[in-house]
Amino acid sequence: MAQKQIYLDHAATTPVAPAVFRKMQPYFNQKYGNPSSIHGLGQTAAQAIEKARQQIAVFLNCLSEEIHFTAGATESDNWIIWGLVEKLRFQESINPHIITSAIEHKAILEPCQVLLKKGLIRLTILPVNSNGLVSLEDLKKAIKKDTRLVSIMYANSEIGTIQPISQIGQLIKKLNPKRKHPIIFHSDAVQAANYLDCSVDKLGLDSLSLSGHKVYGPKGVGLLYVKKGVKLSPLIRGGGQEKGVRSGTENVPGIIGLAEAVSRINQNNKELKKLRDKLITGVLRDINQVELNGSFKDRLPNNANFSFKGAEGESIVLSLSAKGVFTSTGSACASHSLSPSHVMLALGLSHEQAHASVRFTLGQQTTSQDIDYLLKILPGIIARLRKISGR
Amino acid sequence: MYNKKVLDHFQKPKNMGKLKNPDVVAEVGNMQCGDIMRLYIKVKDDKIKDISFETMGCVAAISTSSMITELAKGKTLAQASKITFQDVVGELGELPPVKMHCADLAVKALRKAIKKYQGNKD
Ligand SMILES: Cc1ncc(COP(=O)(O)O)c(C=O)c1O
Ligand code: FES
Repeated sequence: MAQKQIYLDHAATTPVAPAVFRKMQPYFNQKYGNPSSIHGLGQTAAQAIEKARQQIAVFLNCLSEEIHFTAGATESDNWIIWGLVEKLRFQESINPHIITSAIEHKAILEPCQVLLKKGLIRLTILPVNSNGLVSLEDLKKAIKKDTRLVSIMYANSEIGTIQPISQIGQLIKKLNPKRKHPIIFHSDAVQAANYLDCSVDKLGLDSLSLSGHKVYGPKGVGLLYVKKGVKLSPLIRGGGQEKGVRSGTENVPGIIGLAEAVSRINQNNKELKKLRDKLITGVLRDINQVELNGSFKDRLPNNANFSFKGAEGESIVLSLSAKGVFTSTGSACASHSLSPSHVMLALGLSHEQAHASVRFTLGQQTTSQDIDYLLKILPGIIARLRKISGR
Repeated sequence: MYNKKVLDHFQKPKNMGKLKNPDVVAEVGNMQCGDIMRLYIKVKDDKIKDISFETMGCVAAISTSSMITELAKGKTLAQASKITFQDVVGELGELPPVKMHCADLAVKALRKAIKKYQGNKD
């Protein structure tokens, strides 16, 4: 019998939903025209893209022209930062102040760090408390006269904590009319989109990133929502697609898939949360010296993240993998840089705790039996690794 | 990511756990990733008569620990201190480049244990 495969790594990526896949297929080899071509086949593709934009506009509750397709959320995050900084330098010759948080995805933190090193911005990185949440008070205090961008992720990819985005949005909305220059409020909503309200006006967002492959759509496609009136320099220059702001022949099947995936998001969180809570309760009950990382309350319904004292994350992940259960870790051993996850450290975890962290992210196909199976094998795996470590 | 031999040593490590009445215990840690390796040895007639390990670390750290105990067992102290991390990696077949330091750690642990033993003796 083939081994069971239980995928509990939906924060890393999700499978393309069959209906999404079916919608994409014709755009590979039947409706394969280039949307910039003026002939019939090209126009079919161009119209499909516009329809996709409208579908997504419904989800974000925005204008379709405010949506720009990209090659993924990494590009979207890079674009809002570089695009804004470059625009401000060009128009006002200033080096703006940017505020972000310590637990952002690297797609936000890396561009900020590079711009800081080049001396092109000033940067405040807000800490998070031990629950993994930024504080509104800290943010208020950090805002300066020349603050032009606040970028706070909606939900964290490692610990699933949900930031108070609409409260931050309200604060910025209140401050902006009194300011000489408004603050742009961006949120990376990649992990949140499956589960949380993404109406940009309700949240008070000027900009937002999404990624196809986290919402049961394809990889390599995403979008940046930019509120009308906010001016950005292009990040990718060339043939002037996307009204000149994002060049490159459109990834037509990807865009169709992204739109279909987004319009199928149902945010039926209850069932998922029940399974996730069963997992958390079971782990805390059956294994000693284990801690849940990040807030239990302000947390995505599909995320659980633990540190198992005396067992290393990569070893746990590969032991689980050998039994067909797929998860991930914030351990230094499993990272390219051999440094522990910046999110774990920002929570105030010790290197040892970060070393011992494992993330479980559930998804549409996760069943109660899957959780039973995991709870059956996990205590033995942890016990074995603890025996090896002598701790 | 890892070959079968590495995974075998990870799943069924040799000489794992504490040793009763060891002649020396040596512990080394890797500041970079936070991993800790402890070697226990018993020496008789200048030879490593028994050896075991405890390792809190990744798959590579555990399998190189297992491998180095196999390589060192029965060797004279002089022979054992000549074991290099290339020897360990060579026996395992291969390791991902970022994991070479795990094999190096195993070697450091063994050399530290031998030095400590020789120091104790004088
Ligand atoms: C919060 C967050 N932002 C950005 C990204 C990057 O998205 P993409 O893979 O589409 O570039 C990810 C995915 O890893 C993510 O989890
Ligand atoms: S023990 Fe950390 S990378 Fe091997």
